[in-house]
Amino acid sequence: MKKKYFLNANIIDPQNSLDEIGGLIIDEEGKIEATGKKVNEKNIPSREKYIDLKGKYIFPGIVDMRVFVGEPGYEYKENFRTLSNAALSGGVTSVVTMPNTNPIIDNVSMVDFLKRRGRDKSKINIFPTASLTKNLEGTNMTEFGLLQKKGIIAFTDGVKTIQNTRVMSRIMNSAYDLNSLIIQHAEDFDLAENGMMNDGIISTKLGLQGIPDVAEKIIIERDLALLEEYRCRYHISQISSAKSVATIKEKKQFLKFSTGVSINNLSLNENDVGDFKTFLKLSPPLRTEDDRLALVEGLNKKVIDVIVSDHKPEDEEQKRLTFAKAANGSSGIETLLSLSLELFHNGSVKLNTIIEALTSNPAKILKINKGNLSIGNNADFCIVDINKPWVVKNENLLSKSKNTSIENKKLQGKVTNTFVNGEELYKL
Amino acid sequence: MATKSDKAVKISQKHLLGIQDLSISDVNYILSEAKQFIKLNRSDNKKIDTLRGKTQINLFFEPSTRTQSSFELAGKRLGADVMSMNIVNSAIKKGETLIDTAMTLNAMHPDLIVVRHQDSGACNLLSQKVECAVINAGDGRREHPTQALLDALTIKEKKGKVQGLRIAICGDILHSRVARSNIYLLNMLGAEVNIVAPTNLMPKDLEKFGVNKFSDMKKGLKDCDIVMMLRLQNERMNSSFLASNREYYEYYGLTPDKLDCAKNDALIMHPGPMNRGIEIDTNLADDINKSIIQEQVELGVAVRMACLKIFCK
Repeated sequence: MKKKYFLNANIIDPQNSLDEIGGLIIDEEGKIEATGKKVNEKNIPSREKYIDLKGKYIFPGIVDMRVFVGEPGYEYKENFRTLSNAALSGGVTSVVTMPNTNPIIDNVSMVDFLKRRGRDKSKINIFPTASLTKNLEGTNMTEFGLLQKKGIIAFTDGVKTIQNTRVMSRIMNSAYDLNSLIIQHAEDFDLAENGMMNDGIISTKLGLQGIPDVAEKIIIERDLALLEEYRCRYHISQISSAKSVATIKEKKQFLKFSTGVSINNLSLNENDVGDFKTFLKLSPPLRTEDDRLALVEGLNKKVIDVIVSDHKPEDEEQKRLTFAKAANGSSGIETLLSLSLELFHNGSVKLNTIIEALTSNPAKILKINKGNLSIGNNADFCIVDINKPWVVKNENLLSKSKNTSIENKKLQGKVTNTFVNGEELYKL
Repeated sequence: MATKSDKAVKISQKHLLGIQDLSISDVNYILSEAKQFIKLNRSDNKKIDTLRGKTQINLFFEPSTRTQSSFELAGKRLGADVMSMNIVNSAIKKGETLIDTAMTLNAMHPDLIVVRHQDSGACNLLSQKVECAVINAGDGRREHPTQALLDALTIKEKKGKVQGLRIAICGDILHSRVARSNIYLLNMLGAEVNIVAPTNLMPKDLEKFGVNKFSDMKKGLKDCDIVMMLRLQNERMNSSFLASNREYYEYYGLTPDKLDCAKNDALIMHPGPMNRGIEIDTNLADDINKSIIQEQVELGVAVRMACLKIFCK
């Protein structure tokens, strides 16, 4: 591989507190040789060709902590190849995959399969999770230790919550012993049963069963009460309401844990469900505008650490149904960054905070050396034209499933190039 | 040929999906048309040829006796060919989706499809896929527009107006499409609406719809002109909404002592079918001086004739 030189970029690398105009050098092995303002026209060899980025941005490759891939079992929704292409077009170079496949990732033999498929078909870094409990039943925990040794990065039941308090306490104890990361999707099953959207005026109007925000808060409060007794690495997958932000803010003063939020909940609210739009049927549900604003504030105040795409590809057959029967989730990995930039453009969140929540924060929680531009590290990064306007059209999406929550939305800011290990794998 | 007067009034919607979509002039148009049909329905020769040559399909995914027969009769009296689809034996049971069913029926060129479905919004989805008019005969807990229209017509016939009346709607509001459609319509027509329900059966944020909420039935019935009772589904007892039928009857059943709180000339309505002794005292239900439940059924046919006529292209 030839050395690559990029000059005159706005480089943001939160992990190394870098936010300046400068350059980036990639060495022959695809690793980062130098970054920042010291890299300029004057101190690179004159015979070398360089790329003048003319003020475009360089961000570390995005680490998306919540991604559903259809392999194995639902390849028709998304496979590793289509996921990679979609991710790269959105500047995502590392993903944490959910275990909700068929069969479920709950034993060591499945991990070998995943790693093989991931290696052969994926162009991005795949960090698979396994389920917390066997067959996602919420009763018997999986082999955290053995699974970790095989390369499992964290444990979660994905779309399901551990309802049983005793099981949860034992999971936390084991996670403490084995230094495992536990990711909880926080929703009380009984309160949310048959729920389809936020419980409020819109659900009343549409005649849809609501999911009260207290269903989320009650699991968060329970888990954090347990965490005081059983300290382990604990992460709340995504939160959706002002109540949850308030609870987490208070508990963070004396407890160590982390919290994520889906870009959908940061950008949309329950009104977007409109006339039964099934692409907006999400879990956790979109809530009120006040809830959305509280989440944005939570991100600003570092109550929320991570923004995820909650990329959940579903084919038409799962969505061209009545709202009650339609599947949850939206395809969002390729719009994650652009939609996040909306929060910067409209003045709600600083750019550095957004990039931190997309790169270095998830990497730190996962304890992986990704999401940064440190010298000697693999050159995973993206180049972004932060002002470029574009319109989301489902026919242009690279994901195998077209269930975007923001069809026809006008966005500002687009990834133009994405590099993994110093190799350009996406070019607009 | 359309006459001059037909041209003057037009309906704003292609489909009848819910009261929410209708304007006040739409409602008045439907109610005035329906009034014409009351006389016809009471006469010897009940059949006219307004919809001759038209095809009406009744697509009922949920069991229904009175709504389905009312729509069937309405279509037949207008001269349409009416086909009622028996869903139990249809491809739906074999896994066909609602959209595929819609496309199949659409290919048969019906002029009207009347739909009853257990999921809220099902008729909206269906209406996007067919060319003909879709009439909602009840979708989930969202809307049941013809029921609200027939209730309004019955109130108008009995009280001479809706405007200014105080009307109580009592019972399982949470799961009721009839309640939602009536709230929209009675509000639109200028009534004051009191909602009476145990909190477990009261939907979230209902007060934002411009109604008064009560969990004490006597307070909710105070000085009411109309008391509209809703059917209580038996399964509500098994899911911790309520403790028992007898306790529900004690606190939310319409009994003479509770009715005393309403005006002396208050009238009782019920969309049927009734659970006597659960939501309503059996003698009150049959009291010809107070109960207008039979009139509701009668005017239901007239209202549905009006809707079929107006929405048929």
